[in-house]
Amino acid sequence: MYEIIEGFIEAIRLIVTLNPNVMAIAARSIIISLTATIIASLISLPLGAAINFGNFRGRKGLINLIQTLYSLPTVIVGLLIFLLISRAGPLGFLRLLFTPTAMIIAQTVLIIPIMTGLTISALSGVDPVIRDTLTSLGATRFQFLINIMKEARFAILAAVAVGFGRAISEVGAAILVGGNIAASSFMSSTRVLTTAISLETSMGNIPQSIALGIVLLIIALGVNLVISTLQQGRNP
Amino acid sequence: MIELDGVSKEFDGKRVLDGVTGRVDDGEIFAVIGPSGAGKSTLLRLIGLLDTPTAGTIRINGIDIHASKEQSLRIRRTIGMVFQKPAVFNTTVAENIAIGLRFRGVERETIMKKVRGALDMVGLAGYEERRARTLSGGEMQRVALARAMVIEPEILLMDEPTANLDPVSVEKIEELVIRINRELGTTILFSTHDMYQGQRLAHRIAVLMNGRFAQVGTPREVFTLPATRDLARFVGIENILEGVVMGREDGGIASIDVGSTRVRARSSFGPGERVALCIRPEDMQIAPAERGVGNPGRNTLQGTIISIVPRGPFSRVTVDCGFMLSSILSWKKVDDLELQEGSLVVVSFAPESVHVVSAGES
Repeated sequence: MYEIIEGFIEAIRLIVTLNPNVMAIAARSIIISLTATIIASLISLPLGAAINFGNFRGRKGLINLIQTLYSLPTVIVGLLIFLLISRAGPLGFLRLLFTPTAMIIAQTVLIIPIMTGLTISALSGVDPVIRDTLTSLGATRFQFLINIMKEARFAILAAVAVGFGRAISEVGAAILVGGNIAASSFMSSTRVLTTAISLETSMGNIPQSIALGIVLLIIALGVNLVISTLQQGRNP
Repeated sequence: MIELDGVSKEFDGKRVLDGVTGRVDDGEIFAVIGPSGAGKSTLLRLIGLLDTPTAGTIRINGIDIHASKEQSLRIRRTIGMVFQKPAVFNTTVAENIAIGLRFRGVERETIMKKVRGALDMVGLAGYEERRARTLSGGEMQRVALARAMVIEPEILLMDEPTANLDPVSVEKIEELVIRINRELGTTILFSTHDMYQGQRLAHRIAVLMNGRFAQVGTPREVFTLPATRDLARFVGIENILEGVVMGREDGGIASIDVGSTRVRARSSFGPGERVALCIRPEDMQIAPAERGVGNPGRNTLQGTIISIVPRGPFSRVTVDCGFMLSSILSWKKVDDLELQEGSLVVVSFAPESVHVVSAGES
């Protein structure tokens, strides 16, 4: 018990004094997950719109598949990306294994289903009269999509926030394809909050683990605040 | 001019519209009335290019509007539409109204000028920067009307635009509809289940029943001379009796057997034909039996009052004459005549007040 309390006190000290090691890991986590979220948004938002407004065979089955992939285990994604980018894999020549790029790819793949699914939900939640109004006002297909997106902007931003939250909190894929390497340069290291917590705990470095855990919780809390603020914004 | 030629629409095998044929002239206010579920909204959606007909054609100024997808945007941009549910975009009032102009690439300054003009027209000047979703239902609907009108459409389609509004808002929207038509010459086609609204606003009314226009005419024609028994019932004629024409008198008056008695009515139907007699309650007079029979030229029937039900400033008095007949009397009249349930009375109405239609047409 004493060890835990002492660990907490040390953790607070590390955060308050902006311990360079903790801050570097936190910054790297945010950069990697934010990049993955941006790339996933660029894919998921148009994909979600295409599926929602598309009229093709198997549309419902595809939506069901996407929803099933919400709970895709992170280690499975990690394994898949590992197999693709390992030396023996089809993309091995790119030498991406154990790089932040590999982690970004894995996190992007991980969050695309949930962001696509939530984008579909956001767009299908727009009042049909609003859709009819846009059409009746003479919108082109592009103008229609942009304005529907605008109308669903709060729900879409919430989908993006959920994607970021899932990316930054996952550990399985990050360890498998990142390797939790503490290299000399900031951007070649692959040690992020979740993998560092895992390592520090196994090494018995409890204060460092708790400090990193608190930082992760603060980020998660921030994401949650953004989501709830956005959801309140839906109903002015 | 909008021409409807055998327009049909099916949803999952269910035929909602079944060969609607009609014409809406330029500059006209044309109302489509009909019971709920008659297909009024579907018809407007087809004209507004929000849906495609299963069969038939809709022509605007001679062009089949559903013929090619390439021209549909161009045609759609000549039509404004207001929907039953007041729906606004989650932004300011000004942005809401500007959106159609933005789609057309109109310059910013012109947009601002037109938005101000449109707001002025609908009585919402100064509302530019308000969040549209904080407005009342009536105000939202006026924003929707301004949004549809700012693009200066040739045709304005309104799908039950006042169905969800309070009476004050309904009056404002109705005033605007008349003003838009008079001042801008816009052709207005609106649907309503409120037949009195149709009567107040429209130059012509079409009654949509069983998937097609059962009757098209001026409000006076539709409300006083309904073409069928169902139409008579829909336009509020409460007294509908079935009978057989027995013979004809001079002056176009026929004697019609309605079972227990004979009724004289102006009719062109020949002896032996089955007919329905439509008599408006307001054309019927009631007097206590002891005061005797009125004008000998009128139909006079004896009966007993079975109910007196208040209806606004009037009372609906129902009399059992072997069949039920209802009349509308003011409260004062009911009191003056000392009418009450169980009273013996004489009901009378002129032969000219009876509108005769074929019984088989329903």
